[in-house]
Amino acid sequence: MHRLAAAPHIVWSVLFIIAPLMFVIYYTFTDANGKFTFSNIASLAQASYFEIFMRSICFALIATAVCLVIAYPIAYFISKAKPKTQKILMMLVMLPMWTNFLIRTYSWMALLEDTGIINTFLGKIGLGPIHMINTAGAVILGMVYNYLPYMILPIYSVMSKIDVKLIEAAYDLGSNPFQVLTGVIFPLSLSGVISGVTMVFVPSISTFYISQKLGGGNFDLIGDTIERQFQTAYNYNLGAAISFVLMILIMISMGIMNKYSDGETEVVV
Amino acid sequence: MNRKKIIELKNVAKSFDGEVVLDHINLDVYEKEFITLLGPSGCGKTTTLRIIAGFVTPDTGDVMFDGVKINDVPPYKRHVNTVFQKYALFPHLNVYENIAFALRLKKTSEEEIYKRVEEMLAMVNLAGFEKKDVNLLSGGQQQRVAIARALINNPRVLLLDEPLGALDLKLRKDMQNELKNIQRKTGITFIYVTHDQEEALSMSDTVVVMADGKIQQIGSPTDIYNEPENAFVADFIGESNILDGVMLDDYKARFSGHDFECLDKGFAKNEAVDVVVRPEDVDVVDPEKGMLKGVVDSVTFKGVHYEIIVTIDNFKWMIQSTDYVKPGQKIGIYIEPDAIHIMKKSEYSDMFGDYSSFSDELEHLSDATEEEE
Repeated sequence: MHRLAAAPHIVWSVLFIIAPLMFVIYYTFTDANGKFTFSNIASLAQASYFEIFMRSICFALIATAVCLVIAYPIAYFISKAKPKTQKILMMLVMLPMWTNFLIRTYSWMALLEDTGIINTFLGKIGLGPIHMINTAGAVILGMVYNYLPYMILPIYSVMSKIDVKLIEAAYDLGSNPFQVLTGVIFPLSLSGVISGVTMVFVPSISTFYISQKLGGGNFDLIGDTIERQFQTAYNYNLGAAISFVLMILIMISMGIMNKYSDGETEVVV
Repeated sequence: MNRKKIIELKNVAKSFDGEVVLDHINLDVYEKEFITLLGPSGCGKTTTLRIIAGFVTPDTGDVMFDGVKINDVPPYKRHVNTVFQKYALFPHLNVYENIAFALRLKKTSEEEIYKRVEEMLAMVNLAGFEKKDVNLLSGGQQQRVAIARALINNPRVLLLDEPLGALDLKLRKDMQNELKNIQRKTGITFIYVTHDQEEALSMSDTVVVMADGKIQQIGSPTDIYNEPENAFVADFIGESNILDGVMLDDYKARFSGHDFECLDKGFAKNEAVDVVVRPEDVDVVDPEKGMLKGVVDSVTFKGVHYEIIVTIDNFKWMIQSTDYVKPGQKIGIYIEPDAIHIMKKSEYSDMFGDYSSFSDELEHLSDATEEEE
């Protein structure tokens, strides 16, 4: 009976997770003629690819850090609000996700362009224009904007479950408000922070399109490189090799996160 | 009296959402005493405790500590610590770190922390539990950790909010004794909140009976039991027969159609009063020798005594006696003058009748749920 109930999941996993993974591995280690080779992986050992990988990691780390810094106080503030207000605030956090990802990114282009809405406004009050589009900052902004809800959500959900009595106990034992935050609230919300960091870092490092639109093609990221191999260069083998390396990279970073989480809250994505 | 006041509440009032929770209460707490706030849920006892701890600011009135007003002093700057109702142990810290929490905040040296934590663990009989995960401890053990954590700071006053509420009966009794011992040993003032009258009577130096946001009576356990101030206190503390009566003169009361000698005086002539007679103070005698006569309704064996319900003059008395009588039997009762306690009429006078039903008692028993603000 139990086995039967698991059948759809097994079929799903085989069809859409295991099989594609096998294809990635197959293409990674074969050449255009289907012969076994390491040359795809070996060809990645070039300064240009190294630069792309480093840039992607760097951008993803910055975006994750910025998300954390913005999301933590927001999550804390929401968890402190009245239950009814909490619902409304969480809906507002999720609201941008109702709009399509592409449209959101295009909207940012319209906002950030040299003749865009922000610069027109800045120009009117004599502060601009400031060049914003096609900079690294714009790319990271795009990532932060798109993935921020994934950081707020898990932190908020853990924080809202912290027993008020624990916070009172900390005050009672002599903690000032800052010590309550560092000594009780932060450690108890750590599992939320870890899932939030994972949920932002993983899509950030593999994202494409954001950097093409907001970075003006100046900041090639792993995602864009993979896309190009499949869409433009039709080099499936190289594209698969890059994906494969990215996968290993993500697995390593998740391993590190799991180590930090003390095994208490396994990171699952 | 040369005892020193440590905490004073002066005319303290508090409302939540327009609902009066504390109605101008005055309370003095003395050094080294074990004082209990006793009352049914919603009487304001937990709010009183939270005002002293600093989690609730009174709407009006003053909270004094050592004669200094502390209304606006935040909880972390007060010399009081709290044992919370459900312990509120930090789940991310082990037993040692939970107890050491307050000392760590004060940048105490590691050796000093170690010494103090070991002392505390020994005091609450948890030596060897340092590394244990608090989430895996039993209720009684968690309770001990909570007490050790609150006491390590050497607070001037320890606040205990129904600390034994979640423990089973046997464990409660043990912990009552232990708490009392700890209080004697440390000499720290304990302010204890409970709805359990037996717990209050057996542990406290002073009992404060509260109801409807007001203090009904403050006194020693014996005073509270023997000389209840009004019908509420008489009913809430122990069993009692509360009758309507008239004070004919000093030392002379009339109730149930009979004139009784008593030890109370100072009432107006023919003043209507409430009369309390404790069930254990009523003697069962032959009908012809009795001051009052009635027919036995029911008899219940309670172990140490029989609980007899007898109807006299349309009032159902409860009598506790070691002598067996049969239901339907005609008996007389005899009441000594010192068994009669006279109280002024109060707003509670008509709320507590005779023993025709036990609904009132059951309500008190079932209000073990925590008090909501």
